[in-house]
Amino acid sequence: MLDCLDTDSLSAGRPPSGLTVAKPMIEIRNVTRSYGAFKALDEANLTINEGEFFSLLGPSGCGKTTLLRMIAGFDMPTTGSIFIDGLPMDGIPANRRPTNMVFQSYAIFPHLNVEQNVAYGLKRLRLEPAEERRRVEEALAQVSLTGLGKRKATELSGGQRQRVALARALVLRPKVLLLDEPLSALDKKLREQMQVELRRLQQAVGITFVLVTHDQYEALAMSDRIAVMFGGRIAQVDTPKDIYQRPVNRQVADFLGGMNFVRGRVVEQDHASLTIDTLGFGRVTTERPPAFVGDDDAATLGIRPERLRVLWDDATAPHEVAGTVIERHYFGETTHLVVDVPGLEKPLSVIETNDFGADDIPVGTTVRLAYDPEALVALAD
Amino acid sequence: MKATARLRLLPRGGWLTAYAFIYVGFLYLPVLFLPIFSVNTAATPKFPLSGFTWKWYQGLPHTPELISAAWNSLIVGIAAAVLSTTLGILAARATTRYRFPGRRPINGLIMAPLVLPEIIVAISMLLVMLQLGLSLSLFTVVLGHVLICIPYSMAVLISGFEGFDRSLEEASADLGESAFGTFRRVTLPMVMPAIISSLLVSFTISLDEFIIAFFLTGTDATLPIYIWGQLRFAAKLPGVLALGTLLLAGSFILLTIAEVLRRRAAQRTLSEGGLYA
Repeated sequence: MLDCLDTDSLSAGRPPSGLTVAKPMIEIRNVTRSYGAFKALDEANLTINEGEFFSLLGPSGCGKTTLLRMIAGFDMPTTGSIFIDGLPMDGIPANRRPTNMVFQSYAIFPHLNVEQNVAYGLKRLRLEPAEERRRVEEALAQVSLTGLGKRKATELSGGQRQRVALARALVLRPKVLLLDEPLSALDKKLREQMQVELRRLQQAVGITFVLVTHDQYEALAMSDRIAVMFGGRIAQVDTPKDIYQRPVNRQVADFLGGMNFVRGRVVEQDHASLTIDTLGFGRVTTERPPAFVGDDDAATLGIRPERLRVLWDDATAPHEVAGTVIERHYFGETTHLVVDVPGLEKPLSVIETNDFGADDIPVGTTVRLAYDPEALVALAD
Repeated sequence: MKATARLRLLPRGGWLTAYAFIYVGFLYLPVLFLPIFSVNTAATPKFPLSGFTWKWYQGLPHTPELISAAWNSLIVGIAAAVLSTTLGILAARATTRYRFPGRRPINGLIMAPLVLPEIIVAISMLLVMLQLGLSLSLFTVVLGHVLICIPYSMAVLISGFEGFDRSLEEASADLGESAFGTFRRVTLPMVMPAIISSLLVSFTISLDEFIIAFFLTGTDATLPIYIWGQLRFAAKLPGVLALGTLLLAGSFILLTIAEVLRRRAAQRTLSEGGLYA
């Protein structure tokens, strides 16, 4: 493990990952993992770049954890290969891979104190005692645990345990840090704080992070790129913004937050664009999603609830749709409206911030909603 | 710690307190007579006490039959403890780590000797041993003791193994440790308190056990059998009381250590699961 460590990577503070030239760090090539007839992962192909914060996002049972465990070496592909930093990992066990993992349960050794936990992997490197101490201190400082080294593992809070797990992995300066749902056990406030901190830490150390999560907001907030997975297959790999705004199909669109689906009829199409007639939104021309089959003229468009805005009084917009408020739900900073639009199969859901009084719109009112046609995206089924 | 928060304070004084004192007295007063009469100068256990002496204790090492019985008990105890703990480790590991059909009934069957009438077990064992053509000896006593010690071993080991998070071993491998290194640095230290606790508990059970030993031993007496034999002679009673006191103290100390270790082991694994702590 020693030979693969980059001793300067922790302190050097590399430029943000976006600025470095993309160099593949992890390559997943045609990887399938079967358990009998069941395929936990089906012909996955994926490249994760050096210094990237990459998330595997999907519902439970989608294969994301299986993939992570195969990168870590706890599980082996049935067919296909995984390369890390250009080297094939076939048959290489977890203890000889340049990866370290933060476990969902954190797996802090309960019979050791914080310092001993962090030094666990260093012991095998047989460093000078002073050097070992320095690295442990450095790792503890990185996760803001300075001074807690002597604390017993059993005396830590959830957030602290997670930091110990991070420090214990980072102290070995791995090429890849794997995180298995690291925030799922924390309460909401701490979780949001840790999202920011994890991102900051990743930027500081410049190590490739691979995060497994089922929480779309977590993935959106932290990642450079996201792979969305369903049923053992990778559905889409993109930046958070593209995943959210340009989901390739209904499933991805639905998983990443609220989405209004609008049925329509294709009236014109070529390899790049689709023109679709809808009842509520009229004629819309959009980008053609790669997976769009188009063997009949049925099509589905999607628009996010927050891309619909209530028009007040005499205000007008180039594109409007009108309907009746049938439900109103108050969420503090936002209000969710359900608006029934004539011609649409399902009422639209609309999210409005509460600065203009959306929380006071009475149910039964007719409202006009403004939208940007760009916000309507065609979705493959 | 969490449990204490849930307990409410009892109202002070009153009948409940009196009841509690009587209850504890009923449990422990008879046991107290043993050490009291064992340091009494009179040979018959009778109040008022006639004077203080260590002579019954000093006489113990000069009784060859007692020494050989103690050796027998020691040998049987150690053998039974090691065997039942070894078998217990395998069974406890299996029932805590794996899910397999029949796991619960098997668990129940292993724990059953705990509530079976000991004399029935002893007679059945005797029949089996004779059928197998084994001649009665300390070896057959060991076999009998293993049978009754296993449930205790299992109870202790399961509470130590339960909640042993498998990801601890994975984490060790992930941090670069080999399989053997993981066993040495993680698995062993984690379950060691439970293993030692199981050894101590089963040793103590075997040391104090009378009925099965009585049925299954040949000519070699263990300590409880020796004590039983001595009760026929009134003059030997103070020596028996002294020996009994020592056994009592020894058992008490061993079981206390065992319980402390067991709790420590259980606390470790439990706190590991306490993500929201």
